[in-house]
Amino acid sequence: MIGGEAGAGINRSGFLLAKSCLRGGLHVFGTIDYQSLIRGGHNFYVARADAEEIHCQAGTIDLLLALNKETILLHKDKLVPGGGIVYDGEETALGYEELGRDDLKLYPVPLKRIVKELEGELVMRNTVALGAAVALLRYDLEILSGIIRDEFKPKVAESNVKAARMGYDYAREHFAGDFEYCLEKTSSAGRRNIFLTGNEAVGLGAIRAGCKFYAAYPMTPSTGVLHFMAPLDREYGMIVIQAESEIAAISMVAGASFAGVRAMTATSGGGFCLMSEGLGMTGMTETPAVIMLAQRPGPSTGLPTYSGQGDLRFAIHASQGEFPRVVIAPGDVEDCFYKTIEAFNLAEKFQIPVILITDKYLVESHGTAELLDQNRIGIDRGLLLTGADYINEEEYKRHKFTESGISPRAIPGMKRAIVRTNADEHKENGYTTEDPEMTTKMFDKRFKKLDVLINQLENYETTKLHGPEGADATILGWGSTKGPIREAIKLLGKEGLKINYLQIVYLTPFPVANVQRILKSTKKTVVVENNKTSQLSSLIREHLLMTVDHKILKYDGRPFNPEELSQRIKEVF
Amino acid sequence: MVTLQDLKTPKKNTWCPGCGNFGILMGFKQALIQLGLRRDQVVLVSGIGCHGKMVNYVNTNGFHGIHGRVLPLATGIKLANPNLTVVGFAGDADCYDEGWGHFSHAIRRNIDITLIVHNNMVLGLTTGQTTATSQKGVKTKSTPFGSIPPALNPIAHALVSNGTFVARGYSGDTRHLTGLMVEALKHRGFAFLDVFQPCVTFNYHNTYDWFKERIYKLEEEGHDYADRQKALEKSFEWGERIPIGIFCKEERPTYRDSLPHVKGMPLTKLPVKDIDITVTLETMM
Repeated sequence: MIGGEAGAGINRSGFLLAKSCLRGGLHVFGTIDYQSLIRGGHNFYVARADAEEIHCQAGTIDLLLALNKETILLHKDKLVPGGGIVYDGEETALGYEELGRDDLKLYPVPLKRIVKELEGELVMRNTVALGAAVALLRYDLEILSGIIRDEFKPKVAESNVKAARMGYDYAREHFAGDFEYCLEKTSSAGRRNIFLTGNEAVGLGAIRAGCKFYAAYPMTPSTGVLHFMAPLDREYGMIVIQAESEIAAISMVAGASFAGVRAMTATSGGGFCLMSEGLGMTGMTETPAVIMLAQRPGPSTGLPTYSGQGDLRFAIHASQGEFPRVVIAPGDVEDCFYKTIEAFNLAEKFQIPVILITDKYLVESHGTAELLDQNRIGIDRGLLLTGADYINEEEYKRHKFTESGISPRAIPGMKRAIVRTNADEHKENGYTTEDPEMTTKMFDKRFKKLDVLINQLENYETTKLHGPEGADATILGWGSTKGPIREAIKLLGKEGLKINYLQIVYLTPFPVANVQRILKSTKKTVVVENNKTSQLSSLIREHLLMTVDHKILKYDGRPFNPEELSQRIKEVF
Repeated sequence: MVTLQDLKTPKKNTWCPGCGNFGILMGFKQALIQLGLRRDQVVLVSGIGCHGKMVNYVNTNGFHGIHGRVLPLATGIKLANPNLTVVGFAGDADCYDEGWGHFSHAIRRNIDITLIVHNNMVLGLTTGQTTATSQKGVKTKSTPFGSIPPALNPIAHALVSNGTFVARGYSGDTRHLTGLMVEALKHRGFAFLDVFQPCVTFNYHNTYDWFKERIYKLEEEGHDYADRQKALEKSFEWGERIPIGIFCKEERPTYRDSLPHVKGMPLTKLPVKDIDITVTLETMM
């Protein structure tokens, strides 16, 4: 863990250390905890690395890189026996008495003095600490230097490489062999694994899916998608625009999509509130749209830089009236990539809005993924009419009645096709209607698409079972709890408990048959969620008329740690 | 080339007899005919209100959207496909109340679209309440003792937002209005045309007679539309004499002009399949 004030480069240095582990062939997970401020306060980044596959952070710390004293006092009790603290001994006085425990190793490194000697910026203290950490962990400094050179501009990179080297040398000289934990490169070193956030994975998925228009208004934690897409607009031929509000963003997306382009926006709860009317408009006008909703704890502003899962019902029901939609919950960075491509396909095939529901913990944490398979999910644009001319004899009707309810989709500019749509109830040709018979027929048309969609989803991974089929208990969860749940059942497995985990990937339409099948084969059901009212439990009751046996809920803005979660699972047995 | 007959739709017109919207509808059709545009090249976007029915009454591509969102919708369409002629129709409440947050932004971005605002200074379809352009003191159903704040000045706002085409028309003078619409549609950049449009049912104050007594044409008094300062001065004229015509016009690069990688290229023509993201993936190794 590396911690300090906001503005001290915590996120960046945590990332550098984590990525160094990746290059050594390790599996890595990195997560940032920060407050809603720019300078001061307390930020920390936890990087966990292992030769085995890992899926989340752990509740304990082996090595703490503390850029100020507050960091030490806040986190000292999470350190394992024999754990180490790297800190600036010339700036911070620290003794075992103050720590209240004497089983820790103290590694004072003159971070500030070294930076001064280098005539560097104060922010480079963290790089010195990284160098010292590499020495203590007996890891490879060359890997860290390589990462620094890749991530910084040349001039800045060189001074940081020097800083890391000086921290490394200092620690080697003063504390060689003293720290019992070490990092070792594995035989997978040099394998083409990648390290990325959920936001980046969603962005990559969108680009791969052929998204050409991205509009958004900045809102934590979804802003990472905007930051990812904006510099890539030239490379991939996209327009990325910061709209004046979320209302504008969704409307621009609807406009671009109506014009025939794959388009997307992302936001968080408050912004999604503003998008509700636009969401309904895409439903009514049968305009494809992909919306990523990255949750944070509400209500209202809540904890703006923390994580939660309180918006599930909101995503499912947002906007007035009834219209078909899809709500997909990716659980890790790989899901973020593949499900985003899937979302674009479904949006266009069924001409509906598709919501990807994520959260801060998922989209801002870094995870290791195998090199993403660009061809796993093909591109399917459904009944989009291509070509410059509309050649059919019959007049084009944007909302033509068909057996599947899906109308062939011409785009404006196509010769001889007049494309007219309408947020008012409308006839097949898009003209307004208030006729009761037509209203009923149009509702039925839109919902016929849902029937077809539900049928087709049988071929999709709408749920995913982790662990054995028959088990003593089944954990049910959705979204970012995936990592902690997988780790927790692994821990419990070591204690002889046979527990499996059903990840519910599609929340709307709800995968009734899949969930039912698993629930029937298990003895006990436990829902794990980061919300207060256990919204998944209520969905299960709604769709399956089944009550889950136990609910493990956490709604303090922080993700579950595996140790904590496994303990709570044990308690319900 | 498009004809009046082509532009006709089967929808029965439901505006009140004598409604100022008829002048806008006729003027717009005439402008399309004069410009020789094809129906499939044009996209109309409308919001909610009496004006919103324009999409029902002009037989081109159209998106009848929701209240206040004409500009971001039209922006999305135009950015996606610059080959389309995109025209937004909004009412005064639609654009200056509900959608006000979008107005200055669409103007300052200089998106290459036309915005025509049916400004009758009252909410018509909801049967007569005040709007942003209702004059101070005007009694409506929601302001039975008179509207309290002064009216908003859309022309001045457009001018200070660096609007590249800012004009006002009057639906009682269709020939003049058609001319303004032609100029607006020809303008490369954001063309804003506010149109006085008497509501014969709910606005008892700003009637045809009221306008007729006050309106004069800027071009007849030698206004130089290249002079933004002077235009701003003119935009504050209200009371006995009210100017119509082009207040300000200038050439400035459009939003899309500043995106060299897609300049002039419809996004619809770019490949969707087989986008190779390997280069970006490599930065994550």
